[in-house]
Amino acid sequence: MSKPAALIQWIDERFPLTANWKAHLSEYYAPKNFNFWYYFGSLALLVLVIQVLSGIFLTMHYKPDAALAFGSVEYIMRDVPWGWLVRYIHSTGASMFFIVVYLHMLRGLLYGSYRKPRELIWIFGMLIYLCLMAEAFFGYLLPWGQMSYWGAQVIVNLFAAVPFIGEDLSVWIRGDYVVGDATLNRFFAFHVIAIPLVLIGLVAAHIIALHEVGSNNPDGIDIKKKKDPKTGIPLDGIPFHPYYTVKDIVGVVVFLMVFTIVVFFMPEVGGYFLEYNNFIPADPMKTPPHIAPVWYFTPYYAMLRAVPAMFGSQFPGVIVMGAGVVIFFLLPWLDRGKVKSIRYRGPLFRGWLYVFIVSFVILGWLGVKPTDFLGKVGSTDLEWATLLARIFTIVYFLFFLLMPFYTAIDREQPEPDRVTG
Amino acid sequence: MAQQSATDGKKRRFLIAATGAVGAVGAAFVATPFLTSMAPSARAKAAGAPVEVDISKLEPGMMVTVEWRGRPVWIIHRTKEMLDILPKASDKVADPESSQPLQPEYAKNTNRSIKPDYMVVVGICSHLGCSPSEKMKIGPESGLGDDWPGGFYCPCHGSKFDLAGRVFKGMPAPVNLTVPPHTYVTDTRLLIGEDKKGA
Repeated sequence: MSKPAALIQWIDERFPLTANWKAHLSEYYAPKNFNFWYYFGSLALLVLVIQVLSGIFLTMHYKPDAALAFGSVEYIMRDVPWGWLVRYIHSTGASMFFIVVYLHMLRGLLYGSYRKPRELIWIFGMLIYLCLMAEAFFGYLLPWGQMSYWGAQVIVNLFAAVPFIGEDLSVWIRGDYVVGDATLNRFFAFHVIAIPLVLIGLVAAHIIALHEVGSNNPDGIDIKKKKDPKTGIPLDGIPFHPYYTVKDIVGVVVFLMVFTIVVFFMPEVGGYFLEYNNFIPADPMKTPPHIAPVWYFTPYYAMLRAVPAMFGSQFPGVIVMGAGVVIFFLLPWLDRGKVKSIRYRGPLFRGWLYVFIVSFVILGWLGVKPTDFLGKVGSTDLEWATLLARIFTIVYFLFFLLMPFYTAIDREQPEPDRVTG
Repeated sequence: MAQQSATDGKKRRFLIAATGAVGAVGAAFVATPFLTSMAPSARAKAAGAPVEVDISKLEPGMMVTVEWRGRPVWIIHRTKEMLDILPKASDKVADPESSQPLQPEYAKNTNRSIKPDYMVVVGICSHLGCSPSEKMKIGPESGLGDDWPGGFYCPCHGSKFDLAGRVFKGMPAPVNLTVPPHTYVTDTRLLIGEDKKGA
């Protein structure tokens, strides 16, 4: 036996190295018809690695102290050798993470990847999305700029709207009566260790669940139904390695080209990836004239703004915003269609999905604008932007709430026996 | 012998439940100090001292912002025109009579102040805690319409308040701005954060 083979054998007798390699890569059979949309899972993993690595190097210079934080970020940008690059990689990575994850989720909607038997993959994925939002929110306070400060102020006060316990809860989250040093210090702890640990655990669960039931595909049919009688391998399956590892390298190269163009030539992306007001140090006495969250939160922010106060409380708006995220969890049970993929769905599901995507984008666009940017409706006090946000919030929820009905009666086409390429 | 080695399922379930319950109680005890450590520290609690302000140089129609407990407190010297418009705005605001307990008893009036001329109010929106922008100019000059009675506009979610810190109807903010406890040490010296002695 050759020396490397002997080493592998030595390890295999003590740790299932070859068995794991086979189970997850060389003998994990994925459908052969993956298309463009299937890049985003592996890209999300890549961005996670980029964020963890660049984050570790940022913590070597960053100071989680209200008096020093803003200055330490400027120090990283100006005095630390290549510090600007590490920081721009991290800030660009944050937005790229959401771009990739939103496209990954859209893939799930297009091909019904959340449907039985992949409900848990979807739920783990949604938990990852929640963690990602928490991670982005906690991280956004750290530069201690004006947007950091007032963004945290608004989000922590969302908890104060909870009836009865809200006020105490928000004080407990901040560790002070206002957003201050205590808040910054603990958000740092959440951002660099607590949430990343949970996130990595969830990513592992997401992939383990995926490899248990097998990947979906653009035809939404089960490749395990047609197996080679001799080998037991799905006829339409190909080993993940080398076929999809090589395909994913192409995706990685194109992604890194886009990523580096942003990092080197337009790290602020016109105020969308890095907001201009955040280059002003936090000032608890003065809110900037226009505050908006970073783009990836704006659809939910628009929902929050759209709901007026009811019964002397603004809790309803908070509930609507929370429901906008949580309702995704129910998707596997709301969908009553017989086919999974958009290719064989009927006109009702297609129509509703496109309307939903449009609503999501419009809500995101309204969320970055001030509420008065379209003027008022006639002579009333109602602003156009608020009216539009209300309409599209309702449409957003109708996509989910009406799903059991329109998917049940939709005119679907028959699925093919084998994948169609 | 066979009977002795048979599993007593009932006993086993009881022991598992008892062990689990004791473990859960223990975990709750251990969690308590960690969760409580996140509450405001003794230092944060002590940092709430009252602030004294000299208002002799505050011209009519102007305002000044001071920091009290880490929050902005506005002191507004209202002109006669500003005071006259307050009753007219009463039908546009959600709580004209200040029925919500957001002010000390001595400021529960149409002006929401001790002296009508001087408004003292915490400049933090009752919606989600942004600090509204000053829009004290009355009428179209403010950019908020011809019938704008002067007041404040929150840049975060568009809530509007009048010159007594009363919220307009149908705004995201549910209630009026808070009037902090305050008292006049002399005619021109204001103490924010403390009621009148004996009051």
